[in-house]
Amino acid sequence: MTAVAEQTGAWMELFTNQLPAPAWLQPLRDAAFARFVELGFPNTHNEEWRFTNVAPIARTTFAAGRQGVPETKFAKGPVQLVFANGHLLTRPESLPAGLHVGGFADDPAAIAQHLGKHASFAENAFVALNTAMIEDGALVRVASGAVIAEPIEIFYLTTGSAQPIAVHPRALIVVGADAHCTVVERYQGAGDGVYFNNAVTEIIAGDRSVVDHYKIQQETANAFHISTLQVSIGRSATFASHSISLGGALVRNDANATLSAGSDAALNGLYIVNGTQHVDNHTMIDHTMPHGTSHEIYKGILDGKAHAVFNGKIIVRKDAQKTDSKQTNKNLVLSDDAVVDTKPELQIFADDVRCTHGATIGQLDAEALFYLQSRGIGKREARSLLTYAFAQDVVDRIKVQSLRDSLERILFEKFHEHAE
Amino acid sequence: MALLEIKDLHAKVGDREILKGINLTVNAGEVHAIMGPNGSGKSTLAQVLAGRELYVVTGGSVTYLGKDLLEMSPEDRAREGIFLAFQYPVEIPGVSNMYFLKAALNTIRKHHGIDELDAMDFLNLVRDKMQIMKMDQTLLNRPVNTGFSGGEKKRNEIFQMAVLEPKLAVLDETDSGLDIDALRVVSGGVNAMRSPERAMIVVTHYQRLLNEIVPDFVHVLAEGRIVKSGGKELALELEAEGYEALGAYDEPEAVGRV
Repeated sequence: MTAVAEQTGAWMELFTNQLPAPAWLQPLRDAAFARFVELGFPNTHNEEWRFTNVAPIARTTFAAGRQGVPETKFAKGPVQLVFANGHLLTRPESLPAGLHVGGFADDPAAIAQHLGKHASFAENAFVALNTAMIEDGALVRVASGAVIAEPIEIFYLTTGSAQPIAVHPRALIVVGADAHCTVVERYQGAGDGVYFNNAVTEIIAGDRSVVDHYKIQQETANAFHISTLQVSIGRSATFASHSISLGGALVRNDANATLSAGSDAALNGLYIVNGTQHVDNHTMIDHTMPHGTSHEIYKGILDGKAHAVFNGKIIVRKDAQKTDSKQTNKNLVLSDDAVVDTKPELQIFADDVRCTHGATIGQLDAEALFYLQSRGIGKREARSLLTYAFAQDVVDRIKVQSLRDSLERILFEKFHEHAE
Repeated sequence: MALLEIKDLHAKVGDREILKGINLTVNAGEVHAIMGPNGSGKSTLAQVLAGRELYVVTGGSVTYLGKDLLEMSPEDRAREGIFLAFQYPVEIPGVSNMYFLKAALNTIRKHHGIDELDAMDFLNLVRDKMQIMKMDQTLLNRPVNTGFSGGEKKRNEIFQMAVLEPKLAVLDETDSGLDIDALRVVSGGVNAMRSPERAMIVVTHYQRLLNEIVPDFVHVLAEGRIVKSGGKELALELEAEGYEALGAYDEPEAVGRV
């Protein structure tokens, strides 16, 4: 057997043991699995995966996620979907007008129209694997013109145990023209065992819609988390993504947005890693039409022997004149052994555009530290305060108050650990 | 017992020796002005007293309230009542002035076994002090010194001093970058803090600040040593005749700041 076949062979059993798919889904699953087998897991010779070695995932044999009530505690919200180990556990009891939140079985026609049409599995083995393994998923539909004030929360709870499990969360979020909504996806882990979350979210933001997306990743220290967010932004629509990556042993997030004429996209991120954590954020902003604006700020805080990767691709196609795009990646390194690889990747085919990018890797400001100490604030507290301050501008962009509060609490505790 | 006793203090930054044997005794209630040309070591002395690690003390001793000051961390010095008003206050984006100052005050109170203040008590405490410094209350909600004008930064330093109520305040070129009106406000804030329990060391290049904050003693620092000491009239003498009359010149390699 070839190396690829060895890796993908174990998945064949999981693939064939799935629940039978409805007629419209089976061809998609089959095509995706075939592509996954062809591609195999990427290695570090693949430019897109140069700094992220997924061998620990490739060589682990995973079982399917079992159904059951998770150990994890989470705050209940009014508009909330909860998946436990990949299985739909709870759904909202009532919904505001214009909003549907549920599973894939709720509306096969709507699903079939969009599912897999945005997140391509042609070149990405993990998207292919996710697509091949679709059984159920989160469906969010917002009717044209509906303004949904309450954040729509999707919880993915995964519990690691002795037998490693793999879960392939899938979400499809379809927002009609002129609609407004906020979607929060939270990945939360429990248990000591190894597990693998391989997530794909597709968002279709209709013309002139306003969509805010939050992803809070708090997997356990033994978890693998690979995700793709694929967003198609309509004409004059405004989309913002906020990706907060805190947990996981090996994490790779791809956030990709395709803009139309006059679209506005913001991709923001915060990653905080310690120990031997590895986090890789790849973003791609594709300006296809004129007058699009995009702004991106990713900030990272690294301690221990952690490794962070940022790769920000911006494509400005020939027709995308008057594009205005700005990318920033800033890293705060608190230890001598942490490593950052950061790379902007601009491909500009139009001539009347403005694109700026910048990346920094630095340490805590010694002068600021002394200033705080000179006012009586202890060194540890001062370090923690400055670390927190570094993250502040990303946190400030979070518009959901409850989310910002909970994140502030998490960060506050985390930076006290880091300041040790 | 003297509040502060500096004996034969030597300090260097990198390979450059800047303080070459400073002797100075400061008692509670006194205001000492330290004057001198650029590069004479004025700011270094201020930073050494506050505990900046960048400056390495190579000899001598500093006794504060009977304790070895040089053994103390910067935060412990602050908790024991030493305050440095910085020549160049640092901008700290992401930390609000209010959070910062409340944390500082509560740390110091805790150190002295006094109850910590909650947000409301803190606001009541700072309101009057902001008025004295003619500071807008919105400055409390802004990040520390971030986007402040030069004058706002200096006023913020003295405002912090007023809130933290130190026993020994070291004012490093608090007059630099201030116009005459701002100078009056800042000096007014400093003068309001004068008390028999509190001492101040006012570091300045120019005499004009000493018209507003009238010192009890004036010392001239040149090439890392105090070359002349006297009463407040010494400052006027310097104003009239310049440092060069004392044989004190600008240090050509002066770093002045770090």
